Amino acid sequence: MPTGVELRGFLHGLPGVDQVGADERAARLGARSIKTTAKASAIDLAISMVDLTTLEGADTAGKVRALCAKAIRPDPAQPDAPKVGAVCVYPDLVEVAVDALRGSGVGVASVATAFPAGRSPLAAKLADTRAAVAAGASEIDMVIDRGAFLAGDYLKVHEEIVETKRACGDAHLKVILETGELRTYDNVRRASWLAMRAGADFIKTSTGKISPAATPPVTMIMLEAVRDFRDATGRTVGVKPAGGIRTTKDAIRYLVMVNEVAGPDWLTPDLFRLGASSLLNDLLMQRRKLATGVYSGPDHFTLD
Amino acid sequence: MSERLSVRKTYKLYIGGAFPRSESGRSYVVNDAKGRFLANASQASRKDVRDAVVAARKAFGGWSSRTPYNRGQILYRIAEMLEGRRAQFVDELRAAGAAKTTASAEVDAAIDRWVWYAGWADKIGAVVGNANPVAGPFFNLSTPEPSGVVGIVAPDGPLLGLVSVVAPAIVTGNTVVAVASEPEPLPAITLAEVLATSDLPGGVVNLLTGRRAELAPWLASHMDVNAIDLAGAPDDAVTGLEKAAADNLKRVLRPGSGDWSADPGTDRMKGFLETKTVWHPVGV
Repeated sequence: MPTGVELRGFLHGLPGVDQVGADERAARLGARSIKTTAKASAIDLAISMVDLTTLEGADTAGKVRALCAKAIRPDPAQPDAPKVGAVCVYPDLVEVAVDALRGSGVGVASVATAFPAGRSPLAAKLADTRAAVAAGASEIDMVIDRGAFLAGDYLKVHEEIVETKRACGDAHLKVILETGELRTYDNVRRASWLAMRAGADFIKTSTGKISPAATPPVTMIMLEAVRDFRDATGRTVGVKPAGGIRTTKDAIRYLVMVNEVAGPDWLTPDLFRLGASSLLNDLLMQRRKLATGVYSGPDHFTLD
Repeated sequence: MSERLSVRKTYKLYIGGAFPRSESGRSYVVNDAKGRFLANASQASRKDVRDAVVAARKAFGGWSSRTPYNRGQILYRIAEMLEGRRAQFVDELRAAGAAKTTASAEVDAAIDRWVWYAGWADKIGAVVGNANPVAGPFFNLSTPEPSGVVGIVAPDGPLLGLVSVVAPAIVTGNTVVAVASEPEPLPAITLAEVLATSDLPGGVVNLLTGRRAELAPWLASHMDVNAIDLAGAPDDAVTGLEKAAADNLKRVLRPGSGDWSADPGTDRMKGFLETKTVWHPVGV
């Protein structure tokens, strides 16, 4: 375990982010035009990377089951459409999702650690995590303590991630940085490194409850961080932008960014996920447009 | 003192309440009746059709849930705005080749048509709806509801023809994507300026200019368009468009007589209505 001083020295020793440069590079990567066969394979790849998410107070077991059915077979009219990466739910609904997805190969992700604010005692956060893992979640999405991070108490954040990782057992740990609350790109880079050093398997931009959620420049900085982290340590960490990704165009822009910034190694559902709910219908709509040659409409897809 | 530079209008599309250029960046030359240059009009592409349908779908919920009375007020407001720009439309029609009296009569007729349909807004429900007598203890009520997004291939009457096909579609709560007359598209875009200043929510009427043969098939085959009006479709294209429209069971209105000065009747309104029938138990 590092000391607070060492950790602080390391994180503040990271090179600063050129904000103007980052915004411009992200915008330029978003201007690429992806068409025809490349578009078709990008759409299928994006579908397989979707973490189909429902995180509402009004969620019911029925809604989760419907979502799971959609995760396994996103478009009944096109049986060749791939399955999504995982279904993401609150801990108390993990059991329902696990039952519905058994044998399908689609993972169950659960948010934990007093999502989305994370303002609970550590013991409660760990109990939350253990309950989700015991119910069968294969992936845990935890939130960091943004208050402690912004106050400079990096050690506390680090310790919480380490403890949560331990509570996860075999389940993958995704660490949500909630970049919308971190204020600066420098902080995004520091939080990314902090999470990766503490043992995160994935770093995730946002809870989706705060605006702005995932933005291209923030995702780019996180992709740079996982790339540099692998160069430095040999361990590969995944990235998951979440929130605000609604259209196929947005999704394809993220894939271009993954390829150009982190590298093609990350173009797999094991290392890159898209946290979204309405995105899936748009991907399916575009997929059908490519298959049939006519524009499709939202009337022809399930609501979720 | 130098001569003043002429300030010419850029004719663009009307999509979602805004005036964008075509996504494709294309334009085409519009000539007057004698073949002299008038202006460049935007030449819309299939992606403009796509964007316009998205805008129309977005506007549908709000527009269809307005009270018919309110829709009537807004249609009347369009007539008021058109009246204020009477001279401009007469000039534009004359530039396209119409004689002075014809142009004047056509603008008058177009204004009157808005007023005529505005009056129908809160009456059409009573004409086509009904309280049905049924053998049982039920109230049985049929009420008309708008079809949804209506694609319109507008006829060549540059102002009256366009008004005569757009007004009956929107008065009942539909939203519209219309492809304006191909040889005379300019009055359509000037009409869009009227619509944009008439309390008509953006996206209720979307106007595209360009090649009918290019745009109509995309409208006809679009799965999110609920009905199509082929008033201005060329005769040899009608069958193909009807086939494309059948894929999602669009309502189709075939080209009619083309005499827009005649009494319009209620057929065009009825063409884009669905009937909802509700059974309600008596005494509950």
